[in-house]
Amino acid sequence: MCATCGCSDDAQPKVVNLQTGQSVSVDNKPMPADYSHDHGHLHDHDHGHSHDDHDPGHSHDHDHGHPYDHGHSHDHERKASKTISLEEQVLAKNDKLAERNRGWFDGANILALNLVASPGAGKTALLERTIADLKKEFNISVIEGDQATLNDAERIQKTGAKVVQINTGAGCHLDAEMLATGLKQLDPPRDSIVFIENVGNLVCPALFDLGEKCKVAILSITEGEDKPVKYPHMFRAAEVMILNKIDLLPHLSFDLEACKKYALSVNPKLKIIELSATKGDGLELWYAWVRQLVRAKV
Amino acid sequence: MHELGITENIVAIVSERAGEQKVCRVKLEIGKLSAIVPDAVRFCFDICAKDTVLEGAVLEIDEIDGLGKCNSCGKEMLLSLLAGTCECGCRDLKCIAGQELLIKEMEVV
Repeated sequence: MCATCGCSDDAQPKVVNLQTGQSVSVDNKPMPADYSHDHGHLHDHDHGHSHDDHDPGHSHDHDHGHPYDHGHSHDHERKASKTISLEEQVLAKNDKLAERNRGWFDGANILALNLVASPGAGKTALLERTIADLKKEFNISVIEGDQATLNDAERIQKTGAKVVQINTGAGCHLDAEMLATGLKQLDPPRDSIVFIENVGNLVCPALFDLGEKCKVAILSITEGEDKPVKYPHMFRAAEVMILNKIDLLPHLSFDLEACKKYALSVNPKLKIIELSATKGDGLELWYAWVRQLVRAKV
Repeated sequence: MHELGITENIVAIVSERAGEQKVCRVKLEIGKLSAIVPDAVRFCFDICAKDTVLEGAVLEIDEIDGLGKCNSCGKEMLLSLLAGTCECGCRDLKCIAGQELLIKEMEVV
């Protein structure tokens, strides 16, 4: 079942290196030989088909006969059963891998920033502009995350920066393992900046540490001022909120002050930068913040 | 949205700990402020558990209330959202409970 739309899909994450054209699977998640990835259906959720393309040993037909009613009746006979305390954090594995990535970034003196936002907030536009303006100052490379297509990576490639695209397939966020695989392909140089553009989504990426220095949340003012309170986890997990498309303010009924107030209510320490990635307003404040982080690293 | 991946993790962790033993019950703690929807985990559980030692296991989920502590006056309060305001007027609250995502225990036969 697809983690995003609920449809049935066996799509596995894959990483495409735009420099070499090479495509690899994420470690421990081998790609099926038949990478058909057919999303063309109408989300009818009938799970009646067999998944035998990836598991030839049995039919695996997912036709759960009961309506998920889990009545918890506890009338099962307790024949020599024993309860074992586990106390395990479900995300512990991701967090461990994220710490490994973080150590790797530290060792190579690389500043890694995780850009998170809804689809269409302007993450890629901000990166294109940032690379164009800062490429003489810093070596910048990019890891792009999307469910499908190389579109964003191709946009970044045109700026001259090294880029790797991670297609998450069914996944709605990047995780630390995908990032580790992407980094091997990207092979960023020492003393550089790696921007990670997460999958456009204001929910799931908040939960998954990738090993970045911090998360940068981008909110475009075409989205509505109450996004920070509607999606509090994301704005709480971020260190900075960029308010993008600020040039459109005269044309919209967006309440800038209310938005900032909402954002600070979920995260009183949040730094807010207003800018327009396409028109250029406010970019110097963003660049000043990036420079300050690069300096703080040394 | 992300509950499928989360549930896959749960099944993988429990399977590893259970080894060859058959698991008949799994108990989780999910905080009400964790951004995990318990019903979505229940929905995914049977799918993920199929053909593992967890197949057919009962899933129990304890939902943990959100609890905040004021960073100014130290007062504790129930939180229904990640943000809130203390009686003293301070909005700088520390979330001290409600973000759990924990596998508490399993029962094996």
